[in-house]
Amino acid sequence: MALAPTAVGTRRRRSGALAPAMLLVPTGIVLLAIIGWPLVQLIIISFQEYGRAQVFGRPPEWVGLQNYIDVLGDSFFWAVLGRSILFAAVNVVLTMLLGTLVALLMMRLHKFFRLLVSVGLLLAWAMPALTAVVVWGWMFDTQYGVINYVLSQVPGVDLIGHSWLIEPLSFFGVATMIITWQSVPFVAFTVYAGLTQVPDEVLEAAQLDGAGAVNRFRLIVFPYLKSIFVVITILQIIWDLRVFTQIYALQGIGGIREQTSTIGVYIFQTSLGTGDFGTGGAIAVILVIIMMTISIYYVKKSIQEETL
Amino acid sequence: MSPARVRRRLWSVIWSAIAVVVFLCSVFPVYWMVNTSLLPNNLIRGPVPHFWPDELTFRNYELVLFGDTRAPFLPALGNSLAVTLLTVMIALLFAFLAALAVTRFRFRGRKAFILTILVIQMIPGEAMIVSTFRVLDGWQLLNTIAGLTLVYVATVLPFTIWTLRGFVNGVPIELEEAAMIDGCTRTQAFWRVTFPLLAPGLVATGVFAFIQAWNEFLLALVVMSRPEMMTLPVWLRTFQQATQTTNWAAIMAGSTLMAIPVIIFFLIVQGRMTSGLVAGAVKG
Repeated sequence: MALAPTAVGTRRRRSGALAPAMLLVPTGIVLLAIIGWPLVQLIIISFQEYGRAQVFGRPPEWVGLQNYIDVLGDSFFWAVLGRSILFAAVNVVLTMLLGTLVALLMMRLHKFFRLLVSVGLLLAWAMPALTAVVVWGWMFDTQYGVINYVLSQVPGVDLIGHSWLIEPLSFFGVATMIITWQSVPFVAFTVYAGLTQVPDEVLEAAQLDGAGAVNRFRLIVFPYLKSIFVVITILQIIWDLRVFTQIYALQGIGGIREQTSTIGVYIFQTSLGTGDFGTGGAIAVILVIIMMTISIYYVKKSIQEETL
Repeated sequence: MSPARVRRRLWSVIWSAIAVVVFLCSVFPVYWMVNTSLLPNNLIRGPVPHFWPDELTFRNYELVLFGDTRAPFLPALGNSLAVTLLTVMIALLFAFLAALAVTRFRFRGRKAFILTILVIQMIPGEAMIVSTFRVLDGWQLLNTIAGLTLVYVATVLPFTIWTLRGFVNGVPIELEEAAMIDGCTRTQAFWRVTFPLLAPGLVATGVFAFIQAWNEFLLALVVMSRPEMMTLPVWLRTFQQATQTTNWAAIMAGSTLMAIPVIIFFLIVQGRMTSGLVAGAVKG
């Protein structure tokens, strides 16, 4: 792209395909060994009876589509999948909404307050996911949690000793708080970066024509930022659908596994927990297919927009 | 003051007030972590929480760092540092070479390679965990620094190549050509002219890889199952479960120790990283 066409032609003809191939060898080897090979293995196991005995050396038995039939016929799988999708949907909507609102707020702030908000968001964003869960778990602690204490200061409320994690619904409420808290910054910063690109003149003209704030956003800002919104929404969907660390760690602090597992945790439990690698593999392949279906749009879009 | 100005003033006060609320909401958990870590353990188990460390103590940090716990901190720190630093160095080197290949050369399979990089980013790690475990097991790489490093390099490579590509694209090749006219060889021109201009990009990408590797939990949990091979995230969880009655103050001290380097790095390079993220995701 940066090269003049003639320079490209001569130099590239001279160096041939050898130089780029050499430069790609290290990356190629690592990706083939650590992504490609396990992916092939994953697909193979998903068609096999592969349990603890096979881990200790008994040759696995081919079972064709049996694992898939088992998984798809298991109502528990559908419950987990439905729960994951619902959970992801709530989180994506909340994160996008709050993130966009914070970005719009940042546009209206004076320098000092904008810096204040940025620093706050950065701190939330930079927290390791596991640390965040542990800290929030402590804030929601049944006996000594600051949240129970503060809420109990409200007249008529007594929450000391209340366990937030035991009920599935409030368990997911806490999980949603943690995840939204950590992902709003990414959305806010990205949308804010996009907002600063919207030309002021257009907005001013619209304002003079009598367009209110909502209409200005709907008719000018949103179309302008559409591609950014599409990309971050899809990233959020993928991240929230495959959420693992937060749910797994929160279960460790005090949630009931059967009622709160999401699909990532379910794969982990089926495979490494119960040792049924065949079924775990089948669920994993199904999840990969779901992810791919969602992201096809993103990939297509990237290809269209790129000269690559 | 004219009514319009009064109204604008009023709104600016309202926006600032909302800004303070947003700030408090985002900062409070971080503050609460540090606050708890500085309080004596018996104080945090009282009926009323202490909202600031009025009886400041570093005992929790002492306990975490040198105390006789079932899950010692320092070996985990050592493992985390080793894996993370190796990952950053190897990933940066490999990604840098790959980024050069796809930006400075046109060859067959180039588009396919970039497409693969994009698609790999979407494969969920949770789905691959079983097969990754089995493959590493087959190569005798479970519970080794090398094994986990290899996995992390593969995990961060797609994104690092993707971002570095943007940075390399940003350096016009004419600069190199000018240096070559002035008598440099191709290699000299590259190292003297282009490489220094890429340094900020390499730093930003390196920090990203650092944060990824430092925070990663699931793969570390599965690959490093032997207690002496734990990394910090695994340590944090084990530490929490190892003690009979949870020592929250110590856990908060451990959490703080784990989060500090990430927060520092983040504050240094966040601007560049956000623009890199936007460029990588949107413009390429």
